[in-house]
Amino acid sequence: MTETAPKRPEFRNINALTDLPTYRLPPAGWVSILHRVSGALMFLLLPFIIWMFDTSVSSEISFAKFKFAFNVGLGFVPGWFMKLVALALIWAYLHHLIAGIRHLYMDVQHAVSKEFGRSSALVTLGLSIALTLVLGAKLFGLY
Amino acid sequence: MSVNYGSKRVVVGAHYGLRDWLAQRITAGLMALFTLLVLVQLAWGSGPIGYDKWAGIFSSQWMKALTFAIIVAMAYHVWVGVRDIWMDYIKPVGVRLGLQIFTMVWLVSCTGWAIQVLWRL
Repeated sequence: MTETAPKRPEFRNINALTDLPTYRLPPAGWVSILHRVSGALMFLLLPFIIWMFDTSVSSEISFAKFKFAFNVGLGFVPGWFMKLVALALIWAYLHHLIAGIRHLYMDVQHAVSKEFGRSSALVTLGLSIALTLVLGAKLFGLY
Repeated sequence: MSVNYGSKRVVVGAHYGLRDWLAQRITAGLMALFTLLVLVQLAWGSGPIGYDKWAGIFSSQWMKALTFAIIVAMAYHVWVGVRDIWMDYIKPVGVRLGLQIFTMVWLVSCTGWAIQVLWRL
């Protein structure tokens, strides 16, 4: 048997800290990993989400407390930090929702071309960030 | 072929096949439609969104029942998603099982709290 091609390098057991930051992901890859990151974030902040639901909906008094928490603060946590966490959740929800709709659309339409994967990924990233900025500006009282 | 049965079986904990794949999409669709429903009700009418309008959305019995169904759908959706994360990244079976138990307790607790809020209204 003759050697036809030089042996290709094989990479195994990648190191999350040294290898992952050097990986260059295509847009669809970013949508994919951010879908996971946004989902994990909402999972971890689920008690905070339900706390917001609880205080905002339970009574007039709790509603006032809810507003106070974001305008002034809650305990030792300043209001701007509460808003920042809420903004992270807004982004997570928007990204997860839009990326999910992209998934469903691809399932229904069998849209599995490389071009559509790229363009729809860019739309997902752009739309979720743009909407986050618009809602974030409202949240922080810029308009 | 490598052996993957009996004591050699690779432990993953997934329900192979269509069920979770389909459930993930159906629960996602339901949550997306529910989001739209809440947004439409928020936009309904004029004036600033205060307590009365916000709490009013969830006060009717049909909306409570629907929200309840959505909370359950969300819990199932999150279970499938988070379980997939553990299956992808956590290889030691003991650690994975521990994290899966944590996920279950976390989700069931949060679901109970959310439902309590709903029916106290």
